[in-house]
Amino acid sequence: MEWEVVIGLEIHAQLATRSKIFSAASTAYGAEPNTQACAVDLGLPGVLPVLNGRVVRMAAKFGLATHSSVARRSVFARKNYFYPDLPKGYQISQFELPIVHDGYLDIDMPDGETRRIGITRAHLEEDAGKSLHEDFQGETGIDLNRAGTPLLEIVSEPDMRSAAEAVAYMKKIHALVRYLEICDGNMQEGSFRCDANVSVRPKGQEAFGTRAEIKNINSFRFVERAINYEVERQIEVIEGGGEVVQETRLYDADRDETRSMRSKEEANDYRYFPDPDLLPVELDQAFIDEVEKELPELPDAKRERFMQDFGLSRSDATALTGSRELADYFEQTVAAAGGEGKLCANWVMGEVAGVLNKEGREISASPVSPELLGGMLQRINDGTISGKIAKQVFEAMWNGEGSADDIIEKKGLRQITDSGAIEKIIREVLDASPKQIEQYRAGQEKLLGFFVGQVMKATQGKANPGEVNKLLKKMLAD
Amino acid sequence: MSLDSEAVSKIAHLARLGVEQSEYETYARNLSDILTFIEQLNSVDTRGVEPMAHPLDASQRLRPDEVTETNQRDRFQRIAPRTAAGLYLVPKVID
Amino acid sequence: MFQKSIPELARGLREGEFSSEELTRGFLDRIGRFDEKLNCVITLTDSAALEAARVADARLKNGDATLLTGIPFLHKDIFCTDGVRTSCGSRMLDNFAAPYDATVTVRLQDAGAVMLGKTNMDEFAMGSSNETSFYGPVKNPWDLQCVPGGSSGGSAAAVAARLAPLATGTDTGGSIRQPAALCGVTGIKPTYGRVSRYGMIAFASSLDQAGPFAASAQDAACMLEVMAGFDPRDSTSIDQPVDAYAGMLDADLSGLTIGLPKEYFGAGLDAGVGAAVQAAIEAYKKLGAQVKEISLPNTSLAVPAYYVVAPAECSSNLSRMDGVRFGYRCEEPKDLEDLYVRSRGEGFGDEVKRRILVGTYALSAGYYDAYYLKAQQVRRLIRDDFVQAFREVDIIMGPTTPGPAFRLGERCDDPVTMYLSDIYTIAVNLAGLPGMSIPAGMVDGLPVGLQLIGDYFAEGRLLNAAHRYQQVTDWHTRLPPGFE
Repeated sequence: MEWEVVIGLEIHAQLATRSKIFSAASTAYGAEPNTQACAVDLGLPGVLPVLNGRVVRMAAKFGLATHSSVARRSVFARKNYFYPDLPKGYQISQFELPIVHDGYLDIDMPDGETRRIGITRAHLEEDAGKSLHEDFQGETGIDLNRAGTPLLEIVSEPDMRSAAEAVAYMKKIHALVRYLEICDGNMQEGSFRCDANVSVRPKGQEAFGTRAEIKNINSFRFVERAINYEVERQIEVIEGGGEVVQETRLYDADRDETRSMRSKEEANDYRYFPDPDLLPVELDQAFIDEVEKELPELPDAKRERFMQDFGLSRSDATALTGSRELADYFEQTVAAAGGEGKLCANWVMGEVAGVLNKEGREISASPVSPELLGGMLQRINDGTISGKIAKQVFEAMWNGEGSADDIIEKKGLRQITDSGAIEKIIREVLDASPKQIEQYRAGQEKLLGFFVGQVMKATQGKANPGEVNKLLKKMLAD
Repeated sequence: MSLDSEAVSKIAHLARLGVEQSEYETYARNLSDILTFIEQLNSVDTRGVEPMAHPLDASQRLRPDEVTETNQRDRFQRIAPRTAAGLYLVPKVID
Repeated sequence: MFQKSIPELARGLREGEFSSEELTRGFLDRIGRFDEKLNCVITLTDSAALEAARVADARLKNGDATLLTGIPFLHKDIFCTDGVRTSCGSRMLDNFAAPYDATVTVRLQDAGAVMLGKTNMDEFAMGSSNETSFYGPVKNPWDLQCVPGGSSGGSAAAVAARLAPLATGTDTGGSIRQPAALCGVTGIKPTYGRVSRYGMIAFASSLDQAGPFAASAQDAACMLEVMAGFDPRDSTSIDQPVDAYAGMLDADLSGLTIGLPKEYFGAGLDAGVGAAVQAAIEAYKKLGAQVKEISLPNTSLAVPAYYVVAPAECSSNLSRMDGVRFGYRCEEPKDLEDLYVRSRGEGFGDEVKRRILVGTYALSAGYYDAYYLKAQQVRRLIRDDFVQAFREVDIIMGPTTPGPAFRLGERCDDPVTMYLSDIYTIAVNLAGLPGMSIPAGMVDGLPVGLQLIGDYFAEGRLLNAAHRYQQVTDWHTRLPPGFE
């Protein structure tokens, strides 16, 4: 039987605020345990939450960027359950009236197709603390620094049909929240993580199969693997005559498998009700207009502009707009190079991306700034150096040896364009290769490459390749 | 509405509330009385009435995103039943 | 000295007739003499009080004193007090020395008022008789066999016996007004949002509101002015200036329209209480007020709606009492579940457990719409009744309670009958309106309370009406026998 996979994602993006969603404690990562848990975060008797205005603005930004409705009125609700990392015995979240709802995002698949993924809702909530299971004589330690950190939970429609689509969607949301500067996207620190709802059904069947929810996946690679594992598991269960159970599962990256979280199995009855300590959040058109004005250019619009302005292909433009930092780097390079978008794109996606990738660095940590790179590309453009020499110059810039001009000067890499000088060298090469001349003249024209190579070798690559070609042909014909 | 001991036990579990076996029946009777009393509400037609969560028709005030709280861990943990290395301790949590 | 009004005490302090230290010692002495009988005070902070009194005396000398500087008060044990046990009347918080001050605590402290100690109360403010306290019941100073009312029973009884000239209270369904009535003192519950709830341990967040107890409306006005005001730490606090209540007391009552809800005078009202209230209304007529019969048709639904909303909110509010970060923790929990179940099972008393169970049930899957949503709809109907009424009248009056103080133990086994003690007060909390109770007569040696209900933020008007009545009557000046 042919199976169809149905996936929906719940992405938790930690909002990049200074203070927590309902308290004035810091959200900075990595502090000593419980040093950033104030009375409100600890849920001491008598404390009350007050909403951080920035989270509302951030959620609205996300809503506007995903063609969603930004609710004029949204309500915080309590989700009640007992867990030691949840100090109040309830999580403040949004239930019936989320701040953002009914939007979508278009994703580009590698096969060139575009898929539209529905966004059901995005709601604000507070994060819980952390349970540390290292041994305290068989007890668990609770660190509540993370309790109260603002989260935007972005819930998609079950619109994805493969793990690859899920990854593409997650990457796009990841890029988007960073474009919007509402989340730092740091997956190691848990700032961006997701739960995946996965089910399978026979191809052509309309009704959804029973789904399993895979919790807390914190890398793109793991999303793909976890979903693929889960899909296979479910198909195996069904084909073996069994039934998929609706349950919460945990992805174990070390074993590359998902397993049932039995402890969360008991029927959860969260007893949601509007939080009486908080009033409805009401937003007017003026506020929404203001937020709209603050929106940066978004990836899709930027891609179109890159294609238009720089003559880039769709795939190049998509790659370059994959993150705001990369797009900015590219644009600054173009500015510094004085144009030549295509050349800049090739360098940014080729040489620059290659070394960064090899060294495991982010674009923001590139030792070659867009200004340096652009300066070098200008020297290619004006014929000072060839593309080949440029790689040498780039490497030197990467190692911190200065600007392209400094390096060219210091290392004497300036291209030889003077035809008299080139002619002289060609003459020497030809004089040393009578046999090859004979063969060339007898019709072995591919030997031209041999002569070019010899000339370049003699000039340490500095001769202008175009000029060399032209002169060689002429002199060999004489 | 009448609740039996089993229902009380279920609710008590949801609320993580220890209730002695011997008290179940009293609670069941008390709760049933209360629920019966509450059911007077059904005598009124509330179709189309918007639920009122709050006495005042106000909207949420927004706080500036500023950090004004400082580390008071020692002060807060002085009143905690069990801590170690700055952490609150609980019996082992099994995921 | 203990019978002087707040303005008189303030004048005495300023004129050097007595110091705050002397005044404080005087009231500490009364607590020492009488509280054994009454059980009003859970925690006495005598040395801190004397220290605060000396600071107040210095302030009085420096001339930067407020009206309350140097004036002693008792603080309901529901307000967090930094470093001082804040038990909320529960075993659960018996060992809880709050690590911070409630906003109300800070405001009173800043004004220079001197806290003598923390008062007894029904556990987590859940009760109408003060019998649910972990620290034992409070006795009514008018009859030690009777309850003082609840939940702020300790504060009400303390002011009635003049163990302090002022005390704080909180009112979720009548917890200021009902004990004020049963103890023969003046108490006011302001408009929801008028006094900050920050640091006031929550019972039912959408109903809770703090207010003062005092002998007279004038004294209550002085204290409320200090307690009230916007607090950025409470999202439900209203950012609106506080009226100068004490300056509004003398306004003329002619032209005032008083509404008498016919539902408050029907079956179930004690005849003696009814007669006392009628007499008070007659006094108001003499003061120039007009009286009009009105109807609050959904009155009978207030108590049932309340007993859905309040338990639902409390079931969630009390979830933080889990034995992990503060408060009671059971011995040797064998696992996490056991830690929760036993800490909460052993830490909470019966009435609190009952309400947590009811609230948990009302919010649980399948029942939410039938109970919680329905109660919230009825809540709107009840509010709308008042809104309608205040189009026609300025103040609503009636009895605070159906009868005078009842006997200790009498209603303990019957929660529903106990709940009906608050039948006239609860609707006011559901609507969020200000309400107060003032002494207006005696029945068989027990005080009767007259309830005054105002429109939103009309505390000044209520205090004014109460004060004018107290100018022509002396119920509020009477001392229970044996407490001279």
